[in-house]
Amino acid sequence: MIDLDFTESLLKHFTHVTKRHHDDCLTLDCGESEVNKLFLHLRDEETFDLLVDLTAIDHGETAEFRFSVVSHLYSRIHRDYLRIHSICEDNESPKFPSVSSIFPAANWHEREAFDMFGIHFSDHPNLKRILMWDEYPYYPLRKDFPLAGIETPLPAADVAEVTNASVDPAPMMGGPFVASSDGTMSESEPRAKDESWTEESEKPS
Amino acid sequence: MTANEVAYNGKVEGDVIVTKADAVINWIRKHSVWPMPMGLACCAIELMASAASRYDISRFGMEVMRFSPRQSDCMIVAGTVTYKMAEVVRRIYDQMGDPKWVVAMGACASTGGMYRSYAVMQGVDTIVPVDVYVSGCPPRPEALLDAMMKLQDKIGRESSVKNLSGVKEAAVAS
Repeated sequence: MIDLDFTESLLKHFTHVTKRHHDDCLTLDCGESEVNKLFLHLRDEETFDLLVDLTAIDHGETAEFRFSVVSHLYSRIHRDYLRIHSICEDNESPKFPSVSSIFPAANWHEREAFDMFGIHFSDHPNLKRILMWDEYPYYPLRKDFPLAGIETPLPAADVAEVTNASVDPAPMMGGPFVASSDGTMSESEPRAKDESWTEESEKPS
Repeated sequence: MTANEVAYNGKVEGDVIVTKADAVINWIRKHSVWPMPMGLACCAIELMASAASRYDISRFGMEVMRFSPRQSDCMIVAGTVTYKMAEVVRRIYDQMGDPKWVVAMGACASTGGMYRSYAVMQGVDTIVPVDVYVSGCPPRPEALLDAMMKLQDKIGRESSVKNLSGVKEAAVAS
């Protein structure tokens, strides 16, 4: 387990790093300029040598800092997790230093965060979309992107020409579809969250 | 002629069979469907089960699953078709020789299923002409076998020279 001594010495070493409220594992706030130094230190000096996850959060359009990048590290010596939370200072075109030179595992995680949130990881060896196709114009996990999607041309122009198909918003029909965790199996089947409206009949106001 | 003779008797008929070309050609086609397993998600596991010994799709003469579109005439779309994959599905369909058929196996391939999202095509019939839809998530192997038998019936009813993809395409567009 991580003890208080570890936390205190780390905070003394990195004066810009602060503790953040957490319910489970130790969570630290770290500015984007210090991230590479902190990661290198944690990997080489503090045995946090396993990058478990790296993802991003969209706090909404009205938030002061809209995007932040969250990474989870694990130490096999401490047998504990450590969470690093970093704010992206630019809300319009968020940037973040890539940690893929320190943890190669970050490569694909950063590509996913770029694909879904549009965060540009500087010095990334191969920053391109990983899930959506390269020409896709939107970032689907941003808060202002509708789950159903936005009309876009199909990735392959020749297929679109033959089939007359395009990427269309999915019919939500009162969705998203969620399963409740209680009740009998037939009652907890996934169903539309709000069954009062469909694409054909408007939601009663 | 002995009473226990039930098959065709060449001596009586004079070694000649009179029938329609469609009947013979379709009869041959429907008993040697060569599926192209377009396995995209969990439906593919059920597809594999239908090909294995317990459900045994070879009872219907369609066990020759070929992973090359050039060697198949029935694409079984088994799974979720994402917009990114749609291009590939269409290209593979285009590479199959005529006549060819498409089975949309399961909810996702038929309608997008539970994936009402920005990434998933809402039914593979947007890009290829589907002959048989199979319900289920995933459908049991029996359901797929039933669909394949329905496809056999359909092949049997077709005009053997008019079931080329160009003709079907017109039906999709309208």
